[in-house]
Amino acid sequence: MNQKELAVIRGTIRSNRRLDIIFAVAGFIALLVGVMAFVTLFAQMVYTGWERLNPDFFMNFPSRRAANAGILSAWVGSLLVMLVTAVSAVPLGVAAGVYLEEYAPKNLITDIIEINVSNLAGVPSIVYGLLALGVFVYAFGFGQSILSAGLTLGLLILPVVIVATREALRSIPIHIREGAYGVGATRWQVVRDHLVPYSTPGIMTGVIIGMSRAIGETAPIITIGALTFIAFLPPMPISGTAPFVNFEWLWSGFTVMPIQMFNWTSRPEEAFQQNAAAAGLILVFMTLMMNGVAIWLRYRLRKSISW
Amino acid sequence: MTTTNPTLPTKAETRDFSFYYGAFHALKSINLPVVEKRVTALIGPSGCGKSTLLRSFNRMHDLYPGNRYQGSIVLHPDNTNILDPKVDPIEVRMRIGMVFQKPNPFPKSIYENVAYGLKVRGESSRSVLDDKVENALRGASLWNEVKDRLHAPATALSGGQQQRLCIARCLATDPELLLFDEPTSALDPIATANIEELVTELRERVTILIVTHNMQQAARVSDYTAYMYLGELVEYGVTDDVFMRPKKKATEDYITGRFG
Repeated sequence: MNQKELAVIRGTIRSNRRLDIIFAVAGFIALLVGVMAFVTLFAQMVYTGWERLNPDFFMNFPSRRAANAGILSAWVGSLLVMLVTAVSAVPLGVAAGVYLEEYAPKNLITDIIEINVSNLAGVPSIVYGLLALGVFVYAFGFGQSILSAGLTLGLLILPVVIVATREALRSIPIHIREGAYGVGATRWQVVRDHLVPYSTPGIMTGVIIGMSRAIGETAPIITIGALTFIAFLPPMPISGTAPFVNFEWLWSGFTVMPIQMFNWTSRPEEAFQQNAAAAGLILVFMTLMMNGVAIWLRYRLRKSISW
Repeated sequence: MTTTNPTLPTKAETRDFSFYYGAFHALKSINLPVVEKRVTALIGPSGCGKSTLLRSFNRMHDLYPGNRYQGSIVLHPDNTNILDPKVDPIEVRMRIGMVFQKPNPFPKSIYENVAYGLKVRGESSRSVLDDKVENALRGASLWNEVKDRLHAPATALSGGQQQRLCIARCLATDPELLLFDEPTSALDPIATANIEELVTELRERVTILIVTHNMQQAARVSDYTAYMYLGELVEYGVTDDVFMRPKKKATEDYITGRFG
């Protein structure tokens, strides 16, 4: 190859490279838009709410005086609602996912159900709130309770759990299933002894993604009538006397973190804005913690499963 | 087709057996005997249907929609047609074990892998399980290598060890017939030699049907060989005859490497 040809090739490479650099810059800017938005938001909350973060803030009920107001009822409420959400959505979602993937005959009805499940994930949460108001609050008579709220959010994240379960099941290699069927296992034995244990990390990821969404939901909870000013705690689920565990808390009125925040941001006083920012920080922190636990669990479980 | 020695009992045989993947006619009227306590090899070029035939023996095709069997596969001595819709495929798989192309141990411990078939059969006595697991691992020539780490994950074993573990998993439940689907195609030459030696030892206690891509392997381990092509059984006979004195031109072309 002579000098002239080399020069031509190098020229082409240079102009090809330019596109490379242009995309890298554009991609970096796109990334910054997302990250900076979050960082700015977070920094703003830290700046505004930082001084409210003291033990009293966690241990006080809401109050007319901003300086005395705290998030005790809100974080306890969020925790209990999440508990009901997890307990209702995980078994239902996993069972539905396993059925669709392993048991359901492949026909038109199954296809329609599948499309609907995927679409349900996109239904606005306020619609779930309306449904829950009619079904859980009035028809079932659960009232404006933790139970109603937990079940509502459970329904909301059900599609996410179902889809995650199916994805996780699909990622199990076919030769593992055949190995299990090959020794004479029934479908249920294959599901119970192999498919569900091996897909637990994937299912868990879906559950946590769903829960992270649910913990920040406000609209459906307001729709079913959660109170915004709660100066009491639900009855303790565990007590020192027999029978030690009780479920009265399920029927209790409640509030949750986002509603408490919403309530404070609608107040005119500057001090309440600080409270809202501090509560927002805690909410973000709760979400990050949930994600962190999910990542850790997934890492732990995946280590023991390899094909 | 050569006639088999009538004094040897057959463990199983296919009678006018055809198989369809949807509209595709994959196997055409196969009549194949499987002689008891002997090794029968299925050879032929890719796509000839040898794996399809093997997988019919434990109703593996039932797991997927659109597959259809025709004719029968009879299991002796009880003369059960294992393709009969009235026969439970689970029961068939409990009687007939299968070792797959790619070693497929469960991501559990070595012990749990071998014990799984027994647990499925409802065995829960610890001492019975311990005994049978040991016997199966000895049968698969794996005991000495793993006896000190029975509760280590099976996936930490080498490929060849994993394949012997899969054989042990089958042996634990005392199958009447053992199916091997190209068991060494994912293994290195030393692991392959170990598996071949094992197959030769196992023929003393169990009937074996093996699919192989490797003709030298068929010649080394099998007593009978069936050559298949395009879904048909071209030639069947004693292995030495099929390799030394093939009756059909097509068989000769294939085994001499002129084709396939």
